[in-house]
Amino acid sequence: MLEGVVKRFGTTMAVAGVTLSVTFGERLALLGHNGAGKTTLMKLMLGLATPSAGSVRVLGEVPPARQPVGFLPEAVAFPEAMTGAELIAFYARLKRRPPAEGRVLLRRVGLDGAAGRRVATYSKGMRQRLGLAQALLGQPRLLLLDEPTGGLDPEVRAAFYDILGERVESGAAVILSSHLLAELETRTDRIAILDRGRLVALGTVDALRARAGLPVTVRVRLKDGTARTDVVPAADKLATLRRLLALDPLDLTVAEPGLDALYAHFVAVAPCPPC
Amino acid sequence: MPTVLILAEKEFRDGMRNRWLLATTLVLLALALGLAFLGSAPVGHVGAAPLAVAVVSLASLTVFLLPLMALMLAFDAVVGEAERGTLLLLLSYPLRRWQVIAGKFLGHTALLLVATVTGYGGAGLVVAAAAGGEAAPAFAVLVASSVALGAAFLALGYLISTVVRERATAAGLAVAVWLVLVVLYDLVLLGALAATRGQGPIAALFPWVLLANPADVFRLLNLSGFAAVRQFSGLSGLAAEQMLPPAVLAAALAAWIAVPLGLATIVFGRRAP
Repeated sequence: MLEGVVKRFGTTMAVAGVTLSVTFGERLALLGHNGAGKTTLMKLMLGLATPSAGSVRVLGEVPPARQPVGFLPEAVAFPEAMTGAELIAFYARLKRRPPAEGRVLLRRVGLDGAAGRRVATYSKGMRQRLGLAQALLGQPRLLLLDEPTGGLDPEVRAAFYDILGERVESGAAVILSSHLLAELETRTDRIAILDRGRLVALGTVDALRARAGLPVTVRVRLKDGTARTDVVPAADKLATLRRLLALDPLDLTVAEPGLDALYAHFVAVAPCPPC
Repeated sequence: MPTVLILAEKEFRDGMRNRWLLATTLVLLALALGLAFLGSAPVGHVGAAPLAVAVVSLASLTVFLLPLMALMLAFDAVVGEAERGTLLLLLSYPLRRWQVIAGKFLGHTALLLVATVTGYGGAGLVVAAAAGGEAAPAFAVLVASSVALGAAFLALGYLISTVVRERATAAGLAVAVWLVLVVLYDLVLLGALAATRGQGPIAALFPWVLLANPADVFRLLNLSGFAAVRQFSGLSGLAAEQMLPPAVLAAALAAWIAVPLGLATIVFGRRAP
């Protein structure tokens, strides 16, 4: 969908030649430090910014169509004086959807009890859920979620990913950015790592792991009560396991490098100007 | 419902929700009634239609009040939403930038319209019932042109709101625009006329200089448009050839709405969200 996209603001390169695409039923996570270009990429995909070079296609359309896209901005803000019910009805009308659909979505995100209250009284989690509800209006085929789970408690976060899962199963594509690396590992299909506007890695967690070749931690507990921990290169993993299993251990655990380690690896490998 | 009307309705509801409409209507009604009854006392009732007197005093009030009310509604419209972060979400919806400006303009104009028609109209009905309504056409023009004057300053407010990056800058600029157009412009013009003893280029261009300020266009339209009003407004001495026809004044006011609104739309279209 994105082909060699470049976005400059003055002399700053916000996005420097990113090419990536998402298919339906796929969840893609955008990883990157603040200012890596995640939000700019989303604005490009919404047609709110035009690329300085390259092209952005969303569902085959240039400039991107917005009707089939749902967007949840980072730290979403709403007109504070309106109630949740009024707001979702307003957004539903803007998207040419019946207001009843807004009410159904409010219930889905667990806000039906607070629908009659002014948004000013909502907690951070409630605003975020209202934000998700409005992004889901009109069954969008592409969901763009910018830091959707920042500041949410684990329970709400789990509910959040459940709802996303439903949409992905019904064929929607999801692009989300997050700092919470641990939760993305199991809840996304592919990871794109951005570093100062450049795409430094793109693939499934397993593929990235294979590419990075980071060492694996193997912990073993033997019958004589001794335990040992080995850090072995990824290439020697299976050989090491075979050797340890031959000792007939009581327990054996293998810790693959987490997304944190992968992220640190790819950002560090990328050539870095004075920073 | 068209997108523009959805946005306009939201702005109108906002104005009702925060009691802006109620407060403004009551203020306009109270001032209009007060001026209509107290204002005719010094004139006495010697052949005077009090409604005509009311037009004169209300026109002077409107010139100060409606531009201020309009600017207060409009200066925040774009830059405020951008600062609060609600603009990004709004623009991610399937709508065009010009529709945002047009929707806000329609909604805000409707607020001014309802407040002015209810406030001034209510007072006008009371005065007409008490003292006769001979000057009714002049009063109708007053109400209509008050809304138009408000609309012109709404448009100027949106232009300010789309050009600046910070809400505080917009507020400052709005006050400056009000001060210059409503207060200082006439003072400077008067001073220049007095200094040149009514001779020279300023005096020759005088009617056109007035067209360059929406507040003066409004004043001329109301104070010189009707004979019944003219005798109380102090403009009866104005030579007929110096007066601009009402059609020209109405066109000037329309231009004062259309041009800033068009510019605001263009600037907003280029603004990074």
